[in-house]
Amino acid sequence: MDAEQIERAVGRLAQEIADRARAAGAADALAIVGIRRGGVHLAARLRLALTRLLGHEPPVGTLDIALYRDDLSARGVAPVVGPTDIRFPVQGKTIVLVDDVLYTGRTVRAALDELVDFGRPRRVWLAVLVDRGGHELPIAADFAGAHLQVADGQDVQVRLHEDGQGADVVLTTGRVP
Amino acid sequence: MIGRQKHCIALEDFSREEILQVLDLAVSMKEVLRRPIKKVPSLRGKSVVNLFFEASTRTRSSFEIAAKTLSADCLNWTSASSSVTKGETLIDTARNLEAMRPDVLVIRHSAGGAPRLVADHVGCAVVSAGDGAHEHPSQGLLDCFTVRERLGTLEGKTLAIVGDVSHSRVARSDLHAFPKLGARVRLCGPPTMMPSGVEKLGCTVHTDLRAAVEGADAVIMLRIQHERIGDPLIPNTREYSKLWGLNARKAADWLKPGALVLHPGPINRGVELSPEVADGPASVILDQVQNGVAVRMAILYLLAGGDAAEAKA
Repeated sequence: MDAEQIERAVGRLAQEIADRARAAGAADALAIVGIRRGGVHLAARLRLALTRLLGHEPPVGTLDIALYRDDLSARGVAPVVGPTDIRFPVQGKTIVLVDDVLYTGRTVRAALDELVDFGRPRRVWLAVLVDRGGHELPIAADFAGAHLQVADGQDVQVRLHEDGQGADVVLTTGRVP
Repeated sequence: MIGRQKHCIALEDFSREEILQVLDLAVSMKEVLRRPIKKVPSLRGKSVVNLFFEASTRTRSSFEIAAKTLSADCLNWTSASSSVTKGETLIDTARNLEAMRPDVLVIRHSAGGAPRLVADHVGCAVVSAGDGAHEHPSQGLLDCFTVRERLGTLEGKTLAIVGDVSHSRVARSDLHAFPKLGARVRLCGPPTMMPSGVEKLGCTVHTDLRAAVEGADAVIMLRIQHERIGDPLIPNTREYSKLWGLNARKAADWLKPGALVLHPGPINRGVELSPEVADGPASVILDQVQNGVAVRMAILYLLAGGDAAEAKA
């Protein structure tokens, strides 16, 4: 995916989220939470687009799931823990959880566990830029910018210009086994 | 692992990067303590044993809350109700507890070097919660965290440590940590309570309180241990308080605006600190207590979270 395709995908995601939120009567109680690190910039972009579509600015937050991982003992070295920053009450909100790539679903599982420690949301939707398949848990995206067929040994990388790495691009790297 | 450290026994062994690793992680841990549900599952299934051979309320509770906030199981073991009174040696006690497969042993002992001795005989991670007059590493780290949080950085800051330096494990840990983060340290206290040759650690030594605290960005007041009073080191508390205690008048006249006052607790009110200063706007003493939990969470997370042997595999 190139920069233009990514922009269109984000616009489409925002439109679908806005439509679904209105239909559910949740447009006023919408909040966006990006999963660190890949989901943070996407969450900011979605917020911008949703502000235009909804006419008000939904609150945005950040989750770092390092403390909720299920593979701490297996990793050897403890993973780096980044900041989690949710400054709005989660209670009763419709939360759009945002990540760049949905793969095994384990990150989303951890994010859901962490999110409910902040309160009881009315509902949680999952929005991702790329759903690459290979899910290992019963978790699916409510909104996906693109579906890619990618083999297990390969890696899907989303690079956004906010990271200072040049133009937006989605790359598939690694050999097909 | 904290950098290369399998244990947390002495800040003397810690590099600047290792200290910063703990402090940076403690920032995230402090955020967890502010949540509606103050619990994360990181150390689920891990166990922490608090092995205290010396009285402590604050430090033991702090480690216990830290362990429980990370979902570790926590066992408190105090020497008064244990087999130590039946003559068991330190190493036997530690080995017996280790046979119950804890992931971290937190040890406080009246003899300097006890945590290191235990670490050499057990396989799990060992954290010192204070050993004799040697070190109190988690206190040193939480002092650094508290001052850094308030001042933004320790680079170029000046810190005064006042009191019974020679018997203080807090002073020793602070002295090994603050300079590594770029702060200058001034020591102050009665000459009888100042270790000889301590300047070699890169600090300046003062006997005059005013000279030590004037212009300092933070002042750490140490507790005067009651058992020392009346022995030849200091004749009485009134004299100590007059010369080395910090009261409202001295604080107003000598401390620069915005200077912080720290104390590791428990405070002898009216001896080293007057109540007006201890409860005043410059005091960050209760911050220290809260930050202590966050710093200890960071230490436990880093030492219990990963297994060095598995990392190599």
